[in-house]
Amino acid sequence: MSFKAKFKRWFHSWASPKWFFEKSERWLPWLGVPALSLLAIGLVWGLIFAPEDYQQGNSFRIIYLHVPAAILSQSIFMMMAVAGAINLIWRIKLADMAAKHCAPIGASFAFIALATGAIWGKPTWGTWWVWDARLTSMLILLFLYLGVIALYSAIDNRETAGRSTAILSLVGLVNIPIIKYSVELWNTLHQPATFKLTEKPSMPAEMWVPLLIMVIGFYLFFGWILFKRMRAEVIEREFKAKWLQKKLIEN
Amino acid sequence: MPADLGFFALLSRDIKLAFRQKSDIINPLMFFVMVITLFPLGVSPDPNELAAIAPGIIWVAALLASMLSMENMFRSDFEDGSLERMLVSPMPGFLIAIAKVVTHFLVTGLPLVFIAPVLAYMLSLPSEAYGVMVISLLLGLPTLSLVGAIGSALTVGLKRGALLLPLLVIPFFIPVLIFGTGALQGVIMEQPVTGQLSLMAALLLFSLASAPFACSASLKISMGNG
Amino acid sequence: MTDYLSVDNLLIERDDRLLFKGLTFSVSAGKVLQLVGRNGSGKTSLIRTLLGLMPDFEGDLCWKGKPLHQERDDFFSHLLYIGHKASIKSALTATENLEWLTAAYRKVTYFEIEQALEKVGLRGYEDVECHSMSAGQNRRVALAQLYLLDLPVWILDEPFTAIDLAGVEQLEARIAEHAEQGGAILLTTHHVMNIDAVTKVNLDEFAPRGRNAS
Repeated sequence: MSFKAKFKRWFHSWASPKWFFEKSERWLPWLGVPALSLLAIGLVWGLIFAPEDYQQGNSFRIIYLHVPAAILSQSIFMMMAVAGAINLIWRIKLADMAAKHCAPIGASFAFIALATGAIWGKPTWGTWWVWDARLTSMLILLFLYLGVIALYSAIDNRETAGRSTAILSLVGLVNIPIIKYSVELWNTLHQPATFKLTEKPSMPAEMWVPLLIMVIGFYLFFGWILFKRMRAEVIEREFKAKWLQKKLIEN
Repeated sequence: MPADLGFFALLSRDIKLAFRQKSDIINPLMFFVMVITLFPLGVSPDPNELAAIAPGIIWVAALLASMLSMENMFRSDFEDGSLERMLVSPMPGFLIAIAKVVTHFLVTGLPLVFIAPVLAYMLSLPSEAYGVMVISLLLGLPTLSLVGAIGSALTVGLKRGALLLPLLVIPFFIPVLIFGTGALQGVIMEQPVTGQLSLMAALLLFSLASAPFACSASLKISMGNG
Repeated sequence: MTDYLSVDNLLIERDDRLLFKGLTFSVSAGKVLQLVGRNGSGKTSLIRTLLGLMPDFEGDLCWKGKPLHQERDDFFSHLLYIGHKASIKSALTATENLEWLTAAYRKVTYFEIEQALEKVGLRGYEDVECHSMSAGQNRRVALAQLYLLDLPVWILDEPFTAIDLAGVEQLEARIAEHAEQGGAILLTTHHVMNIDAVTKVNLDEFAPRGRNAS
């Protein structure tokens, strides 16, 4: 079988909730265990063993939470929009489920990024909140997530809800660069550049290796949570299906 | 071509309706005036202080006033079955969206542009900024109508749509707000503002090319809920 | 005889509830197809599915023998659809309403509108705003389209709602006339029609067991 045919078969298998439910049972430990171990290693390394920052002292250590959360919340939005597009074009139920559960997880990561940003701001700027370009963009990203969640919950019909939020997240995805650019322009007009949380020209390896570990750990953690939630959604949606009832009785 | 006839018929129908019902024209305008009145009362009547924040006040108030009537863009047509009828006519969906957006701008946006200089005077906006204010409103308000049309289409059949719409569209209004106020502040600080205005024009063109299609797709999806 | 619309082995589900399955019929030239079924049996859902407003169904829908979703434009330019909501704007006059309702199909003159309104019993109402007319009169304004537009396929959702006996007779006559001239009509109504060309499709017969018995 050619690669293309293989890919096609693999892609189509995602259309079946049954296939996903059976496979994901085996995938879950392969996501959960490395996720938690990487997070544990990264946290201990970053919070205890990484050297102090020469400018910011120990307060910089919050980047080990802030940066991965910020990265994740942005890539989850992208994933949500892509999953939404797949649902719009190919009507794949699993894409709809994935998009639905990306929203609350992504919103939580955006919230974590904002909260850690605020905590970091206190020792650095002497205040919990400044209208820094990155924090403001993150706040708007959170608004976008909340809009998607609010729209989903306002629509009674599940298929309509999935497709409507897919459009909204696609419109959001297209607009995020524009919003970011405008916020950066606004920031340079109003504030002289202050030093930023993540713009370190040269970070020693002892600092960025744990950061990298944390980012990978966050991604795996996200995959784990997403699959767990999608499995719960499969149970909710397919409760009438015989294969599922059999499966649930077996366990 | 009949589709064009349908477009102009829809446009003239909607403008006729707006002039018969009048509240679509007058309410956003009154809202705009009243919100602006709140600022001197709430902040300070001092001309210098007002002049400093006037660009922001004018743009925030215009944005809110424009949003006020967005919810109605498709709602009454949804309720009396006209929307369903339009979607199954030979007229393509994006033309329906464009007709609605043009009506919204003519009925809600344009009156704001006309009254803005009066309010700007009351807010002590320096007189050299008037021209830029009018241009920025003319470029920004249609963009708001275009983006708002998508939100309006997504919430059209929903019971709580009126409350939901602002939550959906406000984040997308931020670039317009930033460029609009930026242009006004630029004039006041005697800086070149062509950059800001061309960004607004680019944003308008981009929305014009993309929003009607997103809006038409949203309308068709929303009909599935009813 | 041409089949305009054909529906083969259609299944529609709404919010995890099966409305009907195995539905097969066709709407062909010279025929009137009457959809019947109890409330909630899916008559309107079926019409909305045909119109492409509800994308979730299983089965084949065809327009002139080709898949319907590829032929939407051709379908819509040969279709006159009058929904159970009449699409009448109350702030506009009868003429203004008919002008925009017909605009996407062809340009109609004031004289034609006058004639059509006369046929539905609304002579003298040309320039009356629709909010000062009764529900039945509003329905008649919408039905005036049947005399204005020369489109082969009609889909009418509850067209007999709110109109009086004389109006019902007129509408029946117009439907029969259209069928004789080779048009095809799909309509939902509980009204018993005096037309020879009528075929009834009862959606309750295609509903899942259990609901039928109740």
